[in-house]
Amino acid sequence: MTTEAASPLLDVKGLTKHFTMHGDIYSRLAGEKAQVLKAVDGIDFHLSKGETLGLVGESGCGKSTTARLVSRLVEPTAGRITLHDEDLLAFPAARMKAARKQIQLVFQDPYSSLNPRKTIMHILSRPMEIHGLADSWADKRRKVLDLLERVGLGVEHVDRYPHEFSGGQRQRIAIARALAVDPELVIGDEPVSALDVSIQAQMLNLFRDLQEEFGLTYLFIAHDLSVIRHISDRVAVMYVGKIVESGPASALFEDPLHPYTKALLAAVPEADPAKPPPRLTLRGEVSTPIDPPPGCRLCGRCPRETRVCAEVEPPLVEVGGGRSVACHNL
Amino acid sequence: MVETVLELEDVTVRFRLKRGDLTAVNGVSFAIGRGETFGLVGESGSGKSVTARAIMRLIPEPPGEIASGRILFEGEDVLGKSDAEMRGLRGRRIAMVFQEPMSALNPVFTVHDQISDALRSNLGMSRPAARERVVELLSVVGIPSPHKRLDSYVHEFSGGMRQRVMLAMALSCSPSLLIADEPTTALDVTIQATILELITGMIERLGMSLLFITHNLGVVAHACDSIGVMYASHIVELGDKREIFANPQHPYTVGLLNSIPRLDARAKYLTPIDGTVCNMTAPPAGCKFHPRCAHAMAVCREQAPRLREVAPGHFAACHLHERD
Repeated sequence: MTTEAASPLLDVKGLTKHFTMHGDIYSRLAGEKAQVLKAVDGIDFHLSKGETLGLVGESGCGKSTTARLVSRLVEPTAGRITLHDEDLLAFPAARMKAARKQIQLVFQDPYSSLNPRKTIMHILSRPMEIHGLADSWADKRRKVLDLLERVGLGVEHVDRYPHEFSGGQRQRIAIARALAVDPELVIGDEPVSALDVSIQAQMLNLFRDLQEEFGLTYLFIAHDLSVIRHISDRVAVMYVGKIVESGPASALFEDPLHPYTKALLAAVPEADPAKPPPRLTLRGEVSTPIDPPPGCRLCGRCPRETRVCAEVEPPLVEVGGGRSVACHNL
Repeated sequence: MVETVLELEDVTVRFRLKRGDLTAVNGVSFAIGRGETFGLVGESGSGKSVTARAIMRLIPEPPGEIASGRILFEGEDVLGKSDAEMRGLRGRRIAMVFQEPMSALNPVFTVHDQISDALRSNLGMSRPAARERVVELLSVVGIPSPHKRLDSYVHEFSGGMRQRVMLAMALSCSPSLLIADEPTTALDVTIQATILELITGMIERLGMSLLFITHNLGVVAHACDSIGVMYASHIVELGDKREIFANPQHPYTVGLLNSIPRLDARAKYLTPIDGTVCNMTAPPAGCKFHPRCAHAMAVCREQAPRLREVAPGHFAACHLHERD
């Protein structure tokens, strides 16, 4: 479906976000240097129309910051984001507003992402008003009812408030809101993580259906590897602000190349007692993104470590088959 | 035959709420043998944690009450014990670890203060002896350089390390039963793997029994010997782990297993369970799963199915198995 020649919907190059941590007044008076938290540290990826890129990693690896950078909810420290060959970061306010119609977000917690004081009608029609997509009240009403049906909620719910719904239903409302402006790219930041497995399965199927129906492109962020495997065409694995491995989902999961990807997969407890028990193949705990030392971020934990790892940061290099890995010792 | 450490018989826990009575645990029976690990698995609101709290007699009364049933711990009737006798049981003979170590541990005391407090009051240890024992416990749970971390506060530890501290505290009085309520749910998958390894290793080494509560079927598949599946306050399936995973007999268990995305399968769509969990203050008559069940028959709407043996040691509460 996707051809190499077609220009990607979204192209990200060297995306970086550093947060400077100023510390309290005492440390400043003592002349201590501000620390830098490198949340996202120079990542590259692209998204073609109609595909799903899964972004996976453990807490604090920069997945959510990446989502916020791509939607310009936070401004990057460096890097380029290209949306349909246009420089997203150079957009003036008016053009950015139009771009927001193209890029929509679905968050993890539908309890905090929906305004408790507004009805579902209001929550779903407001984006249409803002982007001038509905002419009359009747038109809005018709579109909202249509959306509710698309996400599998009964039209009788339209005048209710968020607290009258379960977590799964609220997440359907959040998805309907994202779809209200007919976006091209939907970024899901852990959209199924807070849900019970039986509801999670319903939502994953819904994401699939909507993608086919509307030709959506997904940037799907999750920490659950099985969810990522299920929903993604391609996967990027993040560790402490870096993409360490990326490639087609099937190849990456069947034959992981980076020691960190291998460790993540070995740690997943699979729901089958016949499978090997989960174990940790790395030493110690996740490294800190605050003033990280030069070299590979996995230094000190990696079983394949050699001297060069502590000195030179491994670049993400293509290894064929659409796969890229950032490791000195493949 | 292994000795039974914990036995629940037809335990029912009810809460009297303003919006009506809520039966959170409904006729739950299971037994855990010495050295055995039992997993109680189910989705949110199924009654897993209330069951655990009932064993510890930690149900707030009112509004809650253990309405009926028997709980036997090492042959003693837990429900007949006085508050003073319960205090002698909790922490000493039955210990518990929770999901959120940050809220289960006290932020204004050092790790040493909290653990040695348990040792001194429960076991009557002297201050220096307790300090030595805390160092030992922290090293057992894999905290690097424990003599240095001893006087740290909880916020100075990472999530995984906090869970280790909580385990050290739980193990401090060598209990014969450990109740772990979603101990790895808040942790990243690599940390989860190490904590699971630690818990199962401890259980084996110390000959403890484990009641493991989780919503994660992957975790029970590896951490437990036998499992009970809970749905809407009932145990709907009970038996040996291998048997249940290989040959699930209750439609809910089948539905749960089909709902999980797999690392190795590549089906385009999952097979979820339709609908949502029933409202627990006004549950449907008959089997509580019938509104979501593809096999529902007339009898399911009228009569609640009883747990019956479908294979040796394998029980399911479903009318499909009641054709005599």
